[in-house]
Amino acid sequence: MLILECPCCGVLADETELAPGGEAHLKRFGPGASDDEFEGYLFMRENPRGVHFERWRHVNGCGKWFHAARDTSTLEVFGTYPAQTTEPPRDIRDRISARRPGWTWREFA
Amino acid sequence: MSTRLAKGGRLLNRAKRVNFTFNGQHLTGLEGDTLASALLGAGQMMVGRSFKYHRPRGMVASGAEEPNALVNLGTGNRLEPNQRATTTELFEGLSATSQNHWPSLEFDVGAVNSWFSRFLPAGFYYKTFMYPRAFWKHVYEPFIRQSAGLGRAPEAHLRDEDTYEHFHAFVDVLVIGGGVAGLQAALTAGRAGAQVLLIEQTAHWGGRAPVDGGTVDGKPADAFVAAALAEMRGMKNVTLRTRCMGAGVYDHGYVLAYERVSDHAPGTPGPRHRLWRLRCRQVITATGAIERPLSFAGNDIPGVMLAGAVRDYAVNYGVSIGDRTIVVTNNDDAYRTAITLKELGLEVPAIIDARAGGGGALAEQARALGIRVETGKGVARVKGGKRVEGVAICAQAGEGAVLEEIKCDAVAMSGGWSPVVHLWSHCGGKLVWDEAQAMFRPNADAPPTGAAGEPFVIPAGSANGYLGLGDVLTDADAAGMAAAKAVGAKPKKTDAPKGETPEEAAIEPVWLMPQGAHVKLRMKAWLDFQNDVKVSDIQLAAREGFESVEHAKRYTTLGMATDQGKLSNINGLAILSDALGQPIPQTGTTTFRPPYTPISMGAIGGEARGKVFQPLRRTPLQDWHEAQGAHFEPVGHWRRPYCYPRAGETHAQAVAREITQTRGSLGLLDASTLGKLVVTGPDAGKFLDMLYTNMMSTLKPGRCRYGLMCSENGFLMDDGVVARIGDDSFLCHTTTGGAERIHAHMEEWLQTEWWDWQVYVANVTEQYGQIAVVGPDARKVLEKLGGMDVSKDALPFMAWADGELAGISCRVYRISFSGELSYEIAVDAGQARALWDKLLEAGMEFNVMPYGTEALHVMRAEKGFIMIGDETDGTVIPQDLGLDWAISKKKDDFIGKRAQQRSHMTDPARWKLVGLETVDGSVLPDGAYAVADGDNANGQRNVQGRVTSTYHSPTLGRGIAMGLVLNGPDRMGTVIDFPGTDGKTYRATIVDPVFYDKDGEKQNV
Amino acid sequence: MSEAVSALNGQSFVGIVKIEEAGPQGMITLRGDAGAAALQKAARDVAGVDMPGIRGIAAAGDRAIAWMSPDEWLILLPHAQAHEGVATLRTALAGTHHLAENVSDARALFRVTGEPARLREVLAKLAPADLHPDRFGTGEMRRTRLAQVPAAIWLDSAGEARVICFRSVASYVFDLLSVAAAPGSEVGFFDA
Repeated sequence: MLILECPCCGVLADETELAPGGEAHLKRFGPGASDDEFEGYLFMRENPRGVHFERWRHVNGCGKWFHAARDTSTLEVFGTYPAQTTEPPRDIRDRISARRPGWTWREFA
Repeated sequence: MSTRLAKGGRLLNRAKRVNFTFNGQHLTGLEGDTLASALLGAGQMMVGRSFKYHRPRGMVASGAEEPNALVNLGTGNRLEPNQRATTTELFEGLSATSQNHWPSLEFDVGAVNSWFSRFLPAGFYYKTFMYPRAFWKHVYEPFIRQSAGLGRAPEAHLRDEDTYEHFHAFVDVLVIGGGVAGLQAALTAGRAGAQVLLIEQTAHWGGRAPVDGGTVDGKPADAFVAAALAEMRGMKNVTLRTRCMGAGVYDHGYVLAYERVSDHAPGTPGPRHRLWRLRCRQVITATGAIERPLSFAGNDIPGVMLAGAVRDYAVNYGVSIGDRTIVVTNNDDAYRTAITLKELGLEVPAIIDARAGGGGALAEQARALGIRVETGKGVARVKGGKRVEGVAICAQAGEGAVLEEIKCDAVAMSGGWSPVVHLWSHCGGKLVWDEAQAMFRPNADAPPTGAAGEPFVIPAGSANGYLGLGDVLTDADAAGMAAAKAVGAKPKKTDAPKGETPEEAAIEPVWLMPQGAHVKLRMKAWLDFQNDVKVSDIQLAAREGFESVEHAKRYTTLGMATDQGKLSNINGLAILSDALGQPIPQTGTTTFRPPYTPISMGAIGGEARGKVFQPLRRTPLQDWHEAQGAHFEPVGHWRRPYCYPRAGETHAQAVAREITQTRGSLGLLDASTLGKLVVTGPDAGKFLDMLYTNMMSTLKPGRCRYGLMCSENGFLMDDGVVARIGDDSFLCHTTTGGAERIHAHMEEWLQTEWWDWQVYVANVTEQYGQIAVVGPDARKVLEKLGGMDVSKDALPFMAWADGELAGISCRVYRISFSGELSYEIAVDAGQARALWDKLLEAGMEFNVMPYGTEALHVMRAEKGFIMIGDETDGTVIPQDLGLDWAISKKKDDFIGKRAQQRSHMTDPARWKLVGLETVDGSVLPDGAYAVADGDNANGQRNVQGRVTSTYHSPTLGRGIAMGLVLNGPDRMGTVIDFPGTDGKTYRATIVDPVFYDKDGEKQNV
Repeated sequence: MSEAVSALNGQSFVGIVKIEEAGPQGMITLRGDAGAAALQKAARDVAGVDMPGIRGIAAAGDRAIAWMSPDEWLILLPHAQAHEGVATLRTALAGTHHLAENVSDARALFRVTGEPARLREVLAKLAPADLHPDRFGTGEMRRTRLAQVPAAIWLDSAGEARVICFRSVASYVFDLLSVAAAPGSEVGFFDA
């Protein structure tokens, strides 16, 4: 069972305080988008063994959404960061590079 | 016969006798006994029958690894099956019965299976119960169920009278195991200032060391244990717990510990078990080692026991297993048992050592005591049935030709010791095969890793493969040091205490005795005592192609019993490796899964039983509803009144009365459960335009609008009335079950997509009690209460106003879900009961009645209003429900808009909402499907629609329904068929879904 | 107005600690920009204390401000003054983006009193939070869950904890706390 530090309130939150929110950094496609774009947005998800970025909400806590970067295989957490960003912050990516040289995830590396 | 010795028993209080019963027989033990030691002390060696062949079985171990001595413990509300006698502390009045036999333990009919054992090989069930297929359900399954299971489940009507609880704690260092290794590791970490929790599964500290002998810094192990405990009891940063087992080690330092608070003293106030849900920065597994049996023919006969267990019973409990004990071994440790027994004045006719070279210093000591030592020998077979009578000795190197038979009544066997690596392995710690010691031990290079990728489990002592006292203490000290450092403490470098034991000769692995045992012997050489798996079964599995250890396990059931193979796994996989001609590490182990030993369901449930099984949400009027004897229905975690039956009334009659009264005059509904979300900020209108399918930003302050909310996938997820409170502020009503979900939905979009929009949301659902005042006399009753203008001009349909009624501040919404003149009045929750009482009082002249959710449902269906969860099921879009009028054509975007443009969503063949009227006025079955001509590819009838809501309408005096039907709106007047599950076919005409007051005149007066 | 009725009318239970529903309590949810001087001033004017920092609760007498999230605070004040407090905040903050709502009746407040170690134990049976005295003390507001419902807890003093939950589950939370405080259920973990 995971324990993640909520970057919004600083609490080391037990997984039972959190609600999972699936893959992070999705770009929304609305009216005007092609079928392929919309399908990709709504249904196509990464399912890596290794580095992954996901959304969590500190639902039994401060109520805020945040992002977590972790290894789905070892469950190592590379960091958590606020949800108000469209891509993983530099420091998180650097930390992952230090631990998992050569990693890639979607368009990020 | 096993018996109680005149003296000895370091854990006993000989002054205190304890009475208990076994299979109804009254027996006496001593304070400090386990149930197992008390039974043995009373001469009861045989305690059960094996699972498959019903062979007589006695205790084989003295601790958590015991596979045989499982009993039904307690009676009535405290009956619990499959309790291990070896870990059950004796208490006055304990009542136990043996398991898996009929009619009695001594004479068991099922033992006939044993005679046919050659016809019951591994995979017997898989091979036998295959054909014919028709037999599966009615012949084979009942047969298998009949023969399955060990203990007896408590009667269904009984309720566990004990309580259980959880406890959450965060610690720096958790040390699992209170033997000398655990004590030393905890002491070292504690001295360094780390916050330490040390847990021990038994009631006693010190583990095996006080039994095994040896010295620590020149003193007996007992003295070391006492000193370590005394020092730690003085440390504020160290907590000690006995009767607390490390059950499982999980990700990110999560550990479950199972504390048996009052199993040894039933009825004591407080919980029986406590499940510790721990978060640990470092975990030290000082879980010791478990002795392995030797695989020789007849190794399951009562009286054959692990050598360490024989020693435990003698030293700890003053119990001898027999007068003449033969010791069989492949290592030096078992010599301790022989020496112990001899020194207690008991006979040890021989030590059979499979090693050609024999043992070291302990062997010398045994010989000096006059014990005969045979080296290079093995046991060909044990003689006896319900009790050991003797052993036949052979050359270990041979096939089992008998050299000599020696009479004895007990056999103490030792195949070496296996580190308890379970907790190390639970969370991914890897193992390495130690050839010299013939054991799997933790691989220090592949430990379980925690949240930061750091190692977080450290094995210590025997659990780390160190069997000698000196090595154990050194290793444990290092473990404590490493854990302390890992949590940021600064341990001072000191020398570990010095443990000393006699020099030992190396173990020689013996996986089969004798090594070339012929098949008749292998068929009687047990690996898994509880599940009756023998050497020959594993060999058969290998021949039949079950080469993976996980496959062989499942095929033979090796290690799948309640002891999870604590005794059998290593021996089994060694046999498998041999059969496959590959080294042991290549075969590997099966997966170690938590819990270490079974934990109670009660502990897992914790406090969640009875009235706190789950939260029940209560409205401010709940007390009143209960006092009225309302019949409740669950809606989410709420319990809403379904109807308020009067004396002698059926629920259907009550519902009909409530509807007739409301439509005719005046009814009241507790609508407090409806979600209420305040959405405020400069971008609130823009935000709601994205959330709802219709336009909310154009709503005028003071007005209300019904809105639909869809998921990004286009499906309808919630509906409700939105009121514009001010320029920047809205109040959104949600469905009863939707408040938290929709609040979360709003927060999600605001926080993760449109975080630059200036909008705040607050869930104020429970701030308000909300009462719907409904019916033609609704206005009159509010006017009686007085305080604000509720006339049509001042407060028209779909408007709201703040004011006061009967002196209570309120907000009144002119909205209607029944089609009648209706006001929904929101007041502070603490005022709701006062307003309700005033409405009841003022409404008396109108014969006012409360109505429940069923009346609400029927009235909305009469009006053709949809209900989320009835007309919708997560696959329905608003267009299916004829709600196109509530979908804005002007907006560029809203959540779900793009999804609704997909071809499947715009397919004209989507089923559409219609009304359904049965031809004969009866009520359509809920969920019934309308059939069409022909069959589909699976040979099932084609369908053309389904019922989504169906009721008897007291207003219309007939059954009415809504449903989704293929081309329904274009087929008004068509009659379609709905076969029921009752064998009848219901015929219904497709009609307009609005059955009552089609023009909406009644709600708009 | 009639006299305000709290969810459980002051119900109480005595086990290894005492559990009491605290009766009507004024509460205001305030949301806004934490850095805005106007917001800080408005909150201080209503609550009589400075806005606390992250996870803090600042109290003086019968008033307090608790940090709930980076843009949300809970102002505690006498129940009868909650409506007026909301009006004051809205007036003071007119023209700035904020939210002020009276949530006094949406919640229930419990007082848990007794030996300091016992009190932490009772809460730790229900909440997956680190309540060790070294890491949770007075002045901190911990939002977490109690068994199956969200709750917020803080210590007024070593011997007195407060628990806030939603009103609809007041009865559940009272029963939970009572079960956790059952006689004989002392744990002893925080005593060391």
